[in-house]
Amino acid sequence: MNDVVGPKSSQTTRQAPDGCDTFPKLLIHNAEKRGDLPAMREKDLGIWQSWTWREVLDQVRALACGMTALGLKRGDKVAIIGDNRPRLYWTMVAAQAVGGIPVPIYQDSVADEMAFVIDHAEARFAMAEDQEQIDKLLEIKDRCPKLEQVIFDDSRGMRHYRQDFLTEFDEVQSRGRAFDRDNPGFFDVEVAKAKGGDVSIYLYTSGTTGQPKGVVLSFENVIRTAQNGIDFEGLTADEEMLAYLPMAWVGDHIFSYGQSYCAGFCVSCPESSATVMHDLRELGPTYFFAPPRIFESILTTVMIRMEDASWLKRKMFHAFMAVARRCGVDILAGRPVPPGDRLLYALGGLLVYGPLKNTLGFSRIRLAYTAGEAIGPDIFDFYRALGINLKQLYGSTEASVFITIQPDGEIKPDTVGKPAPEVEIKIADNGEVLFKSPGVFLEYYKSPEATAETKSADGWVHTGDAGFLGDDGQLKIIDRAKDVGKLNDGSLFAPKFIENKLKFFPEIKEAVAFGDGRDHVAAFINIDLEAVGSWAERHGVPYGSYQELAALPEVYEIVREHVAQVNRDLSTDPHLASSQIKRFLILHKELDADDGELTRTRKVRRRIVADKYLPLIDGLYSDAERVHIDTEVTFEDGRKGRLSADLKIGAAETYEAEPLKRAS
Amino acid sequence: MSQVQKTIGDTLLKVEGISLSFGGVKALADISFEIKQHEILAIIGPNGAGKSSMLNVINGFYHPQEGTISYRGEARRRMRPHVAAKQGIARTFQNIALFKGMSTLDNIMTGRLLKMRRNFLWQALYWGPAQREETEHRTFIEKIIDFLEIQAIRKTPVGRLPYGLQKRVELGRALAMEPELLLLDEPMAGMNVEEKEDMCRFILDVNDEFGTTIALIEHDMGVVMDISDRVIVLDYGRKLADGAPDEVRADQHVIDAYLGVSHD
Repeated sequence: MNDVVGPKSSQTTRQAPDGCDTFPKLLIHNAEKRGDLPAMREKDLGIWQSWTWREVLDQVRALACGMTALGLKRGDKVAIIGDNRPRLYWTMVAAQAVGGIPVPIYQDSVADEMAFVIDHAEARFAMAEDQEQIDKLLEIKDRCPKLEQVIFDDSRGMRHYRQDFLTEFDEVQSRGRAFDRDNPGFFDVEVAKAKGGDVSIYLYTSGTTGQPKGVVLSFENVIRTAQNGIDFEGLTADEEMLAYLPMAWVGDHIFSYGQSYCAGFCVSCPESSATVMHDLRELGPTYFFAPPRIFESILTTVMIRMEDASWLKRKMFHAFMAVARRCGVDILAGRPVPPGDRLLYALGGLLVYGPLKNTLGFSRIRLAYTAGEAIGPDIFDFYRALGINLKQLYGSTEASVFITIQPDGEIKPDTVGKPAPEVEIKIADNGEVLFKSPGVFLEYYKSPEATAETKSADGWVHTGDAGFLGDDGQLKIIDRAKDVGKLNDGSLFAPKFIENKLKFFPEIKEAVAFGDGRDHVAAFINIDLEAVGSWAERHGVPYGSYQELAALPEVYEIVREHVAQVNRDLSTDPHLASSQIKRFLILHKELDADDGELTRTRKVRRRIVADKYLPLIDGLYSDAERVHIDTEVTFEDGRKGRLSADLKIGAAETYEAEPLKRAS
Repeated sequence: MSQVQKTIGDTLLKVEGISLSFGGVKALADISFEIKQHEILAIIGPNGAGKSSMLNVINGFYHPQEGTISYRGEARRRMRPHVAAKQGIARTFQNIALFKGMSTLDNIMTGRLLKMRRNFLWQALYWGPAQREETEHRTFIEKIIDFLEIQAIRKTPVGRLPYGLQKRVELGRALAMEPELLLLDEPMAGMNVEEKEDMCRFILDVNDEFGTTIALIEHDMGVVMDISDRVIVLDYGRKLADGAPDEVRADQHVIDAYLGVSHD
């Protein structure tokens, strides 16, 4: 099947606002048009501090001139490492203003990962948030010969660092102000030099396999895609957004940077990563993005807290949530609902949904997106039932995010929507999703082979995801194309599809399914410490550690029931009925990015897990009832230790496949 | 890495011939030592060696039968804790002594009480100078909260916090007094490795950034040897050793006290 969906040729060429084709130009434009309106906020010393567009321009101008005074040349790369901080966002636009290329790096990268990116990108400058990041940079500096200047934002603990390549942010700016006085007009001339087709940023993808790749995006890629999103959703300069996801991730770059500059709305940075939920509540964003796991953990927290609430509150919550589940989704979609339910829903809004949304900081949300992984239908419907316009989208770094978005009124929990504006989609013969769009990346930095593999000569980009287009024109993603395998009986095996079904249960945090080239499917389960811990507390089951909790027979029983439920679901689909899980085990440790088992965006690295836990897999495919494992673990401070355990293997019920329903 | 050598100043507090007994029990016997400006001094010793008693004496909580303590060259015979506090001596306790029902913010704010100039009535009116004063104090507290990285628990009642965080709040309250001398009674007891590392970093940063002199009691030898400039060893109320960590570690009396001596 070679269905192409989306515009065959670009019908309307969308213009960036007032012809601004780079971010520095957009910044100047915003400073002129809405100079006194807030552009950025940050909570500092307990108070929201804000900067207007004019103040941001002033800051950026000083910083750009300062970096030039330090020796930044056109084409130099500037590594940016830290949490979401206004000054780090300003570094991006300041670098771009004088022809530099920002390279944001995941702030929780260990030194080795950081060394790879800085060395590969040939960064000459680095902007680090604080001592923690500076220490990592000092550790790897010898391995990055091109790195010359390092600037730091927070001077806490930095008093005794006397290296002459270290400069404090304020110092750079004051040098910049002097430079600006001596070279008036320099900044404006430099800004005018850049054009839309020029490189704007390198975004290194965390990559589920191998070393990260540097995705090169042009100004046009980012600005046009951001503007398309704004037009499609009707975003305005009045939106409020909280920037809390890593700056190195393309989503944050588009939502908190691209769209903010294009639409002119204000972006706020949380006080610290630990205060995000508080800050969310204080801010009350209108536009919000979160990966499914965050929506999931919010829901888990709500449920746990409701269990501890007083009798009356708990009753009210459950009664009105039943109403919301019955009619909330329809009300949000504008479908007809019986007047009785409508009345109850209105009452629920007053008594339960309103206060609940307020507690979560979701009172003012007009648009919320989720993407990256499949979201559980229960979780998805929970938020929509509350009246929150949560939608799914599908995107990638190579597309500058948007590939498909769910249009209002056509929201479904198991699809990712229709092609975004100016995007074309087709499905290859092997089931892989291909797309073409104005957001398509220029290349992978310094790796033409990888570029050629991903981007065909006629402009189609391979996503690496397997999926299909439904009758309604919406795209459904089932798995990574390379992960889709076959069981020995020849039937389809889509591990992620099975894992997602397992992960929809709050007690299961992570799952890894095996089955390619095997007779049947088996799975590793990671329990959710919060959910299972709370269950143990309520039932008076004592446990000392994660490992102990994971090995409890009662916990095995809970998981076994969930696995059986998944099997029941799978048995109803004739294509997937043979993918039922026969045997499973509960892992004694959480899969962790520090151990290389997950990517930094928390996706399972299948091959690494399979290698590392080979004895466990062998156990699953034998008749053994217990299996021994000895693994290496990495602690948060980078030290390593060993962990060994004797794991029990559980067996789950499987069901007869339902006979194919005859079309009536 | 080019580290700057820190400069240790003159004597800040001098303890001379202190003896303290409770009935027939001699808790401290003829103890003398000095605490110098800007140093981190550790007081170590086996259980019941008189470490906490020593802090209580410095703090003015216990009154020794013999001996004098001079603070900034000024000798004092009988001292009250609140006077010590006014003079710039703050402390934390071995068993956390916070107001459990109050938030982190309010607990730290209590450390600021001595610095408030307006009386109760002014503060109740919350107008003009009183309001300005409150804002100044709040800014100071927020800097401490930022320093100790406890923003996320600013409004959380202290009783709901885990032990390690309560210890941090207690340190915050002591810092709110802007002390010249900070006494820490087992700041790391009952903490896991990660919490200990955090606490060590805070203690070093306090000493470094604010120039605060610190005297601490601690059992974890690794921690003591790592962070202190000087170590005093007490055993059964007597002073066994006094010197740099390396000297103390090699001292035969100390080794005997910790490992026991054979009696043949």
